[in-house]
Amino acid sequence: MITRIQRDHGRFQQIVRGMIRKDLRKYITRGEMFGKKGKDLVSIPLPQIDIPRFRFGKNQGGAGQGEGEPGDSLGGQPQPGQGPGAGEDEGQHVLEAELTLEELAQILGEELELPNIQPRGKKVVASLKDRYTNVRHVGPESLRHFKRTYIKALRRQLAAGEYAPGDPLVLPIREDKMYRSWQTMEVPESNAVIIYMMDVSGSMGDEQKEIVRTEAFWIDTWLQHQYKKLVTRYIIHDAAARLVDAETFFKTRESGGTAISSAYRLARELIGREYSPSDWNIYLFHFSDGDNLSSDNEVSLSLLKDDLVPAANLFAYGQVKSLYGSGEFKNYLDEKLHCENLITAEINSREEILDCIKAFLGKGK
Amino acid sequence: MNLPSQLDLEKERIKGFAADYGLEPFDTVFEIVDCDQLNMIAAYGGFPTRYPHWRFGMEYEHLRKTYTYGLGKIYELVINNDPCYAYLLKSNSLLDQKLVICHVYGHSDFFRNNLWFADTNRKMIDEMANHGARVRSYVKRHGRDAVEDFVDRCLSLDNLIDRHAPFIKRCDRAEAPLAEPEEPRRAEVRRIKSKDYMDAYINPPEFLARQKKRGEEGLKRARNFPSEPQADVLLFLMEHAPLERWQRDILSIIREEAYYFLPQGMTKIMNEGWASYWHSRLMTERAAGADEIVDYADHHSGTMAVQPGRINPYKLGLELFRDIEERWDKGRFGPEWEDCQSDAERRSWDKGTGQGREKVFQVRKIYNDLTFIDEFLTPDFCRRHRLFSFHYDKRAEEYKIESRAFRKIKRRLLASLTNCSQPIIRIVDGNFSNRGELYLAHQYEGTEIEIAKARETLASLHAVWGRPVHIETVVEGKGRVYSFDGQEHKETERKLESAEAAVSDADGEDDED
Repeated sequence: MITRIQRDHGRFQQIVRGMIRKDLRKYITRGEMFGKKGKDLVSIPLPQIDIPRFRFGKNQGGAGQGEGEPGDSLGGQPQPGQGPGAGEDEGQHVLEAELTLEELAQILGEELELPNIQPRGKKVVASLKDRYTNVRHVGPESLRHFKRTYIKALRRQLAAGEYAPGDPLVLPIREDKMYRSWQTMEVPESNAVIIYMMDVSGSMGDEQKEIVRTEAFWIDTWLQHQYKKLVTRYIIHDAAARLVDAETFFKTRESGGTAISSAYRLARELIGREYSPSDWNIYLFHFSDGDNLSSDNEVSLSLLKDDLVPAANLFAYGQVKSLYGSGEFKNYLDEKLHCENLITAEINSREEILDCIKAFLGKGK
Repeated sequence: MNLPSQLDLEKERIKGFAADYGLEPFDTVFEIVDCDQLNMIAAYGGFPTRYPHWRFGMEYEHLRKTYTYGLGKIYELVINNDPCYAYLLKSNSLLDQKLVICHVYGHSDFFRNNLWFADTNRKMIDEMANHGARVRSYVKRHGRDAVEDFVDRCLSLDNLIDRHAPFIKRCDRAEAPLAEPEEPRRAEVRRIKSKDYMDAYINPPEFLARQKKRGEEGLKRARNFPSEPQADVLLFLMEHAPLERWQRDILSIIREEAYYFLPQGMTKIMNEGWASYWHSRLMTERAAGADEIVDYADHHSGTMAVQPGRINPYKLGLELFRDIEERWDKGRFGPEWEDCQSDAERRSWDKGTGQGREKVFQVRKIYNDLTFIDEFLTPDFCRRHRLFSFHYDKRAEEYKIESRAFRKIKRRLLASLTNCSQPIIRIVDGNFSNRGELYLAHQYEGTEIEIAKARETLASLHAVWGRPVHIETVVEGKGRVYSFDGQEHKETERKLESAEAAVSDADGEDDED
């Protein structure tokens, strides 16, 4: 039976997906909840439709409780004088949820409706793994299955008429005891490598890097969910390219010109040396503001066409909007190169990160 | 589902304890539900039989996600109704259930005895089911999209109610004369009969001028429609907007529910404070066993936790009630106490008046959050609980701590409670420009309304009223009128009235303490 709430919930989801009541679309806000992953807070998307009302703007003050000196920032966004609204009485404990990467990836997949990735070709290695999914009658006490044992004992006592509800003592005997046991399974395993390339020339500012960092985090999360073994490598480039570690990748700021081909050449070298396409699923992500040396475009294109795109599962080019970038490299690529596993996307602001991830990973490559 | 026998036993015990302490709760029905059911009921604001609407689905998704990812769960849910309904979460431990039962009896007592709840419908569960059936029948007849669209329009306006209306019977509608007076009244001034030489004394000219002016104003008011600015916009629309019968009914449903939930919004701090005060007393003094007390303390402190920089109504209310009890027990009130300047004397002040219990019961009866804070927040209390006031720093684009001065904290707190933190908006003219246009005025008190939202809301208002609509307000110290005629939005300037100008001047100043 479909309950009332399911019907209302279904209706809400249809509105959010833009299937009905299109006039409400403009009121949809991307709310979020916060979960915690290690040191980072991650947000869980929570679409909301905000019915407009006459209400106060941001300049409202309020009162709070806690430490701090006048002039200190409160951080975050306290909701001043939040009207309790439709005031049902409910007490909520607000905590920060500790999420596993697995859960995060599920949230991401659910929200963006991402398809699962089909690993390529023959690079599937079966490995054996023991999992504790069975029960049996014998085993070490340390593996005793408490619940099953309890239920069996209870059932026996009820049947025998020994159970007294006033004094609910349940004593398991030897026949009641159940133990956890393992099953050996074959787990297919495939390997993947992500190579991130980023333009760090003078025109890429902190804001742009933050966008790349956020995006890389989510891409990592998703691919880790899909592959057992995931290796991540980082390349930065301006006019010349370097192989670096993650920290340098996100922090470096160089100046100078841009030659995208330098990064592509280095990526090609890296793949040739360490990640043979026949053994690895290769993901290439390149972020730039699209401002390339015009004489370099052709070289870059041929590198892509002949080497990188054929070798990779996916080559994604994300163009981050910056103050100075001309942003013409994306147009150039779109015009010259049409491949199923080459995806380009523009990211103009933080809000577009999710759309961009969906564009990159939405094909299930 | 019936309560398991052990829980039922506990419930009866706690009910007895509550009665011993003088609480007078409604009969309270406890139902055990699982988490999904509780989320569902909470999404419907406690009423599983409500009319169909997507926003309940939205709320449900929110609650479900919050629960699934371990970010929070609903502890208690209690409905103001006679009998009172409360829901207990199946998966909670016995201790938690006892805590919640104690808390619920606190709420139930508050619902029954607080003055501001006196006019609420105590058969609301039936009434809500009734609303549900009516809306469902309209959906069948007029189609889902049409009904839902109209509900959305009404919801967009549902904060435009008169928050004092349930208590001020200003005009008795049945007695209001229906027919217009035959002849338009003229602004005449009655002179007192007098001899010529006395006339200047008995009817002084300046008095006559004043009378005449007042008469003219009164006449103008009588011609006005509505005659006084009306805060109950929903009522005005119900009575005067060109609506179909079903639309009028939906509007009345939305309005009735808004008024039903209003007292809960007006007494959030007190209601939660009162319930917390009693769960803590009942649990620690009577209900909890010695083996449970540590776990109880853990859960209690979780509910009372203050996120840095926020106000937790549970905590604030509980502490204020305790403070009041102590002050009236020790006689720390009245002029003598107020005048006492010596710190040492104040600290050891104890007249042994012992009126604490009596006082808190009186407070729970006749106060609401606004008057509660106004009367009982003291500088000592603010210092002890590290309260501060904050404001929005436009330059830094963030909220900053403003001050720890008592007056500022109190003013901010009161401001955030005034009118339930909603802008005060009234209908000034229902026949603006003599063209049947609707003219609203926002009473500016130093906080601007959000313009983008206001425009959208005007569109909703226009959809109901059917003629152009306007709202006047103040933005950045300047008078503004925003209008919508069904096609386009307009913005015009207007001169500030003196009272408004004073407010926007005072806003810039930083007054000393």
